[in-house]
Amino acid sequence: MTDVAVIGFAQSPVERANDAATTNGVEMLVPIFAEVLQSTGLTKNDIGFWCSGSSDYLAGRAFSFVSAVDAIGAVPPVAESHVEMDAAWALYEAWVKILIGDADIALAYGFGKSSAGDLRRVLALQLDPYLLAPLWPDSVSIAALQARLGIEAGLWSEAEMADVAARNRAAAVANPRAQLSGEVSAQKLLGRPYVADPLRAHDCAPVGDGAAVVILASAERASELCQRPAWITGFEHRIDSAALGARDLTAAPSAADAARAAGAAGVDTAELHAPFTHQEILLRGALGLGDDVRVNPSGGVLCGNPMFAAGLARIGWAAQEIMSGRAGRALAHATSGPALQQNLVCVMEAR
Amino acid sequence: MTQPLRAPLEIGFDYTRSLGPTLSRFMAALADRRILGSRSADGRVYAPPFEFDPVTFEPPDDLVPVGPEGTVTTWSWAPQPLEGQPLARPFGWALIRLDGADTAMLHAVDAGSAAAMRTGMRVRPRWAGQRAGDIRDIVCFEPSTGAPEPDEVGTAEKASPMAGQAGQPEPVAMMSAPVRLHYEHTASPEESRFLRGLAEGRLLAQRCPVCGKVYIPPRGACPTDGVPTTDEVELPDHGIVTTFCVVNVDYPGQRVSAPYVAAAVLLDGADIPFQHLILGCDPDEVRMGMRVRAEWKPREEWGTTLENIDHFRPTGEPDAPYQTYAHHL
Repeated sequence: MTDVAVIGFAQSPVERANDAATTNGVEMLVPIFAEVLQSTGLTKNDIGFWCSGSSDYLAGRAFSFVSAVDAIGAVPPVAESHVEMDAAWALYEAWVKILIGDADIALAYGFGKSSAGDLRRVLALQLDPYLLAPLWPDSVSIAALQARLGIEAGLWSEAEMADVAARNRAAAVANPRAQLSGEVSAQKLLGRPYVADPLRAHDCAPVGDGAAVVILASAERASELCQRPAWITGFEHRIDSAALGARDLTAAPSAADAARAAGAAGVDTAELHAPFTHQEILLRGALGLGDDVRVNPSGGVLCGNPMFAAGLARIGWAAQEIMSGRAGRALAHATSGPALQQNLVCVMEAR
Repeated sequence: MTQPLRAPLEIGFDYTRSLGPTLSRFMAALADRRILGSRSADGRVYAPPFEFDPVTFEPPDDLVPVGPEGTVTTWSWAPQPLEGQPLARPFGWALIRLDGADTAMLHAVDAGSAAAMRTGMRVRPRWAGQRAGDIRDIVCFEPSTGAPEPDEVGTAEKASPMAGQAGQPEPVAMMSAPVRLHYEHTASPEESRFLRGLAEGRLLAQRCPVCGKVYIPPRGACPTDGVPTTDEVELPDHGIVTTFCVVNVDYPGQRVSAPYVAAAVLLDGADIPFQHLILGCDPDEVRMGMRVRAEWKPREEWGTTLENIDHFRPTGEPDAPYQTYAHHL
């Protein structure tokens, strides 16, 4: 089997009610496809496999992922696939395609217009359809149940959660694609009201529209196309039970398992898909990240969370750190489902 | 730049689901105001019950009664409840470990205020008056006073509407879950120009700068070349039928009654057909290649919609030769 590396990444700006973001994603995707192809010196005909991640529920448009194929220009026909998940899992499928020799270069993309509907309610539809979804528990309230468990167990505090928000916003100042950024004191954040006790607005990722794209290449092509490819040394995903009340929500066993299987030791940088502040603290522990690891140089999803693209973008940002020489070995994490139910870890390094 | 057009988009449908043997018994028991759990091979009691044992992966042997009271293991506060949630006034979400269970179930707690919520508080279910065998047969939980439920006294023997002959509830095989979602749909800049053109009785297409093909309705990108379409082209309101079908079955929401013809209409100068109605002739007379013209609604009824064209009708001109449209089929 060949080695595989990330050789290109682009992300659209993340904005709420972005006028350039329609429900089928085409307007968000055309510019970033152009950007990533130009940066790698590739054309669409060089891409042997395309894979997308999106959900029609997000903007209420049936077959939006088929409409999105317009952005590719799929004539002559292309090899294409889709996952109804964050596009980090689309990248996993693309990675497998290269490993088995079906493609030398593969592209994964994700897009979502979260602002078209009420995201908190839409996400209730991903829950157990018999016992949970009929109650319409929203994503923020479920995360709040998890946050309180950790607070009362002494694993994190509201002040530490506010510190996470402040640190990410400060980091996002250097990220022109971020939705939120700026210097803000954790103390000031703690003075704001609860949106879902014990969560305040700064504890929750903002609702935003956006898209992201990552290109993978086989060993031979990666070396010729990219000066410093981000070589994938481990790529794993695991899932915990759908029975919310049967899980220990203060832990993320599936994240820990994925990190162990992917070989997460020795990373100097990490991009974590933690849509709630306490989840970043939880994940640092579950993934075994020490205090010396730089976490979320991009500002993370607390500063821009384009649904179905945000996990893929974590892999893109972590790869970017390697390709630019700022990191030697980096971990990217993506999550899906309520309260960190499903977790993916991709470990990359420079050679 | 003018703003893209926006419009509300309401989506509503009911999921009808079969329950399977375990949840069927669980739901039937709810209709009977009882809560059941399942015991796993390691002795832990799951409530709600698992369908397959997390240890052995086998279906549960038997379901065991739990609760009805329980203990809150964690909670959050919903100051502004959302549509569809159990209560319309502020309430607490909680994971509740029912007495006799080792796992928790999610539900609402009608506590009045966040100050009345705490981890470890004792709660009991408030049952719906009309129960259908559904998780919402529990309206919510409420703080427990320790005394028996007022409406519980003396009703233990009263058979529920779901109860069978021998006092065992009939299994509930199906459930229906209504889904109502509200969106604001945003048209793309190209679609917005197209729709505003329609409001003036104009048909505005866009041409791909690479392959030269003309798309109507215009798309954000040429599906052949993947580049934005930039050149605007105004098309006439006449063209041909490339292919069609005769609709013989009435269905809800139909504007015209069957039989009628739905056709792919290719406007003169366009490279992609769109779907519209062919009226003004007997369905038997519609042919591939037939020339048709738009029949517009009265001008005062026009809006930013393709419905300004009520239908297309035959012009009576000679049919287009097959070769001229064969590549559209």
